Amino acid sequence: MKIIEVENLVKKFGSFVANDHLTFSVDEGEIYGFLGANGAGKTTAMKILCGLSSPTSGKVMVAGYDVYHQTEMIKKRIGYMSQRFSLFEDLSVWENFQFFGGIYGLSPAKIRERTTELLGRLGLESEKKQILGSLPLGWKQKLAFSVAIIHRPSIVFLDEPTGGVDPITRRQFWEIIYETASQGITVFVTTHYMDEAEYCRRVSIMADGKIVALDTPANLKTKYNAVNIEEVFLKIARN
Amino acid sequence: MRGFIIKEFYHIFRDIRSMVVLFGMPVIQVLLFGFALSTEVKNAPVAIIDYSNDQVTRAITTKLLSSGFFILSDQVPGEGHIEEVFRHGKVKEVIVFESDFAAKLEKDRQAGIQIIADASDPNTANLVVSYTSAIIGDYQQEYLKGMSLPVTVRTESQMMYNPALKSVFMFVPGVITILLMLITAMMTSISIARENELGTMEILLVSPMRPIQIIAGKVLPYVLLAFTNALIILLLSYFVLGMPVKGSLLLLLAESLLFIVMALSLGIFISTVSNSQQMAMMLSMFALMLPTILLSGFIFPIENMPVPLQIFSNIMPPRWFIIIVKSIMIKGLGFQYIWKETLIIAGMALFFIALSIKKFRIRLE
Amino acid sequence: MVRLRNLFKPVTNYQSPVTNYQQTRKLRIILYILQKEFRQIFRNKAMLPIIFVIPVVQLLVLAFAVTFEIKNINLVIVDQDHSVASRQLVSKFAAPPFYHIKAYSDSYTEAEEQLKTGKAHQILIIPIQFEQDLQKESKASVQLITNAIDGSAAAIMNAYGNSIIMDYNQDILVDLSGGVDIKPPIDIRYSYWFNPELDYKTYMVPGILVLLVTIIGMFLSSMNVVREKEMGTIEQINVSPVKKYQFVIGKLLPFWFIALFELGFGLTLARIVFDIPILGSLWLIFGVASVYLLATLGIGLLISTLVNTQQQAMFLAWFFAVVFIMMSGLFTPVDSMPEWAQDINIINPIAYFIRIIRMVMLKGSQFQDILKPFIAIAIYAVCSLTLAVWRYRKVAS
Repeated sequence: MKIIEVENLVKKFGSFVANDHLTFSVDEGEIYGFLGANGAGKTTAMKILCGLSSPTSGKVMVAGYDVYHQTEMIKKRIGYMSQRFSLFEDLSVWENFQFFGGIYGLSPAKIRERTTELLGRLGLESEKKQILGSLPLGWKQKLAFSVAIIHRPSIVFLDEPTGGVDPITRRQFWEIIYETASQGITVFVTTHYMDEAEYCRRVSIMADGKIVALDTPANLKTKYNAVNIEEVFLKIARN
Repeated sequence: MRGFIIKEFYHIFRDIRSMVVLFGMPVIQVLLFGFALSTEVKNAPVAIIDYSNDQVTRAITTKLLSSGFFILSDQVPGEGHIEEVFRHGKVKEVIVFESDFAAKLEKDRQAGIQIIADASDPNTANLVVSYTSAIIGDYQQEYLKGMSLPVTVRTESQMMYNPALKSVFMFVPGVITILLMLITAMMTSISIARENELGTMEILLVSPMRPIQIIAGKVLPYVLLAFTNALIILLLSYFVLGMPVKGSLLLLLAESLLFIVMALSLGIFISTVSNSQQMAMMLSMFALMLPTILLSGFIFPIENMPVPLQIFSNIMPPRWFIIIVKSIMIKGLGFQYIWKETLIIAGMALFFIALSIKKFRIRLE
Repeated sequence: MVRLRNLFKPVTNYQSPVTNYQQTRKLRIILYILQKEFRQIFRNKAMLPIIFVIPVVQLLVLAFAVTFEIKNINLVIVDQDHSVASRQLVSKFAAPPFYHIKAYSDSYTEAEEQLKTGKAHQILIIPIQFEQDLQKESKASVQLITNAIDGSAAAIMNAYGNSIIMDYNQDILVDLSGGVDIKPPIDIRYSYWFNPELDYKTYMVPGILVLLVTIIGMFLSSMNVVREKEMGTIEQINVSPVKKYQFVIGKLLPFWFIALFELGFGLTLARIVFDIPILGSLWLIFGVASVYLLATLGIGLLISTLVNTQQQAMFLAWFFAVVFIMMSGLFTPVDSMPEWAQDINIINPIAYFIRIIRMVMLKGSQFQDILKPFIAIAIYAVCSLTLAVWRYRKVAS
């Protein structure tokens, strides 16, 4: 079942076309990589999918709902991790979980249950009372991801989740993403790290507001006769 | 460094909303104070309860009502209604003439008037009552002229510097002071606090620019802004309000610059003790604005305050600057009269700069 | 906060209908937002004294400062006559406590220096022929020069000086008539209602309370919302199913509480420290304050929807605050303003509230007396909040 359906999505800011007739779809349960250089229009498109901004034209369906008129229904079923850290740095880890769990309608018992589970998975139970702002970046990112899925959404959108962290942490992050996907949550992730494409089932590559490639990593490498996705991207860019 | 300063300017000037506010403020304030606000009494509604209704009382009433200070209100049929009318705030003063006024004046050589004032606003009450008394006193003089009085001492009153008793004269120096103080100190402190809060200060600190250059760059646009504002106010008060600068304009501008530097150093100091923009704003607001308006001698004369407050106002820079502005603008005095105040402001500037440097050093370590 | 939430937990062994649960769910979300807000406010240790202590200190300190009373007039005497009569006149000025003879001078120029440097407020000039004129011509004149930069103060000082001279005149008359008390023809009796001592604090303190409460309502609330915008946390909220009205209530309610609390605290201080009368009903004051706060919070929220940075929020709030405060009648009477200025006050919520609080506190006015301004405030609250909520967009276009 297609959990995201996008047909000819156009987003203009004045005369500047940020998204130029994008067409793609995402299957339920897959890890979908939304690649592209900085400024290609990835974040703009993602914000439209999340209901944070509205498209200029085109058909966009997320989790079976229409992005033009049913954004509130969509928001109940998705999770989101912003490129810029957007949890409350002056509250503790637990307080952040409690808040976001609460506003997604989880009961207090459920919140406690999920928090224990998620913190346990990260090995960060001992940091429960710590003020978020005092933790290292890698932990904060992981915690932001956990908060994004606290309510078991159908899809979780990750905007450059591994920006600025060391390679080991990046690797760990992707392990968490795999684990999440294996529980049935679709993962839609944007990144400018081309090597992370290998972790996705399918990827699309954006350049100048358009999708210039869309396939599994293996197929792309074959098609462009490249060793890795980075090479694919460079070859495309050269044309 | 030049590039940095230019960037700071762009930052501010591109922000149209802030620009409108920053330049609109002085204009609005001057207009407000020049045309709307005053403590003078005009057209105060009064009621008259006249138990005699004879020639004398009518004469006094006419005199009162034609003075321009009062308007007759018909809301008070009798003394029992006074409280209610006062409670509604419809009437400021009730004048009661006793019965057989003229007759008593002739025979007993004295008749009584009661002035009942709504003193919930004591200043207005005071003014209204003193105008009323003055008018009645005038009438009394005329009445006495008819009789041969042994001796009279006449007073010739002269109002120096402000013969028309325009309240503008008191307000314009105050407005200049407040705007210079607030724009410079508040904006500077918030601007620096912002860099701290968003974390961009670190980026600046590791750049090849020295801390002092960073501060100078951040602060320069506001100096210019404040200075321009001062000029705008002076121009407006001259052309629109008819209030000239009697003394040396150059001296006034130089002193303003000094004051701006002082306000800057204060703003920087505030930013060093604030951990967020909100805090910088609240500190500037509460620690600066209210005391500036209330304790600097802007509206309320310092010498009438309780002694502890008078002593406290000595550490308020605006207090000294207002004296300087009034001396130059209204009294037309030269530097020899204001060197003491100038020194004080310069001293304060140095003090805050020293404090800020010290705090900054601690932060860097 | 945990205790509060327990109030809304559905009872487990009761099959509550779906709608009931939905209602508590909606309420719960607001409570979660409130919980977060209060936590953030109270955890910010540096801001706490600023929000709570400084306004109170200000109230205490500033209330003593605001007075138009003339307590002290510094006088310079230029006595060019040096006669018995002139010395008698001078001694009349030495008597009152609020007159202070700073210096005796022989020349006007010297005396004028005192005015210039601000050391003196007034100069009394008694000309050379003073006593002679009195004895021969039966009339003499003196000059009273006042520094009139502060127009109203000057008017009052002038009036004081004049009345002392008239007193002196009266003394001469009494002397001449052999001690028989010649009474002035018109005997004026003064009566000051609601504030017999003409205590300016009584007038100013309620106004200052309004000011403090307004600042919290307008500034803190607007900056608080913009802070989320600036920090980026608002995005996380916009992407969640939290409804606009839930967010707004959660964001504004804490400041509503804080402001009301400060009002209560300030009123207590006013009563205890300043002995300000509270003739009217406290319920009425708080009732009006509650609605008034909704209006100012609405303005604060509206401002936050118009700007992107805290600095801008502060500018804009400051702009409106200063204009509204100056026109509100806090420092200068509304009745002294020209017609057009008073018309502008129609959209000035502060003006209404100041009027109401003074009427209720000092004169004991009742609800029907303040009905009109109260309705104005209520309309204002509805309009500003509606406008603000309407403008707040979860979805950017």
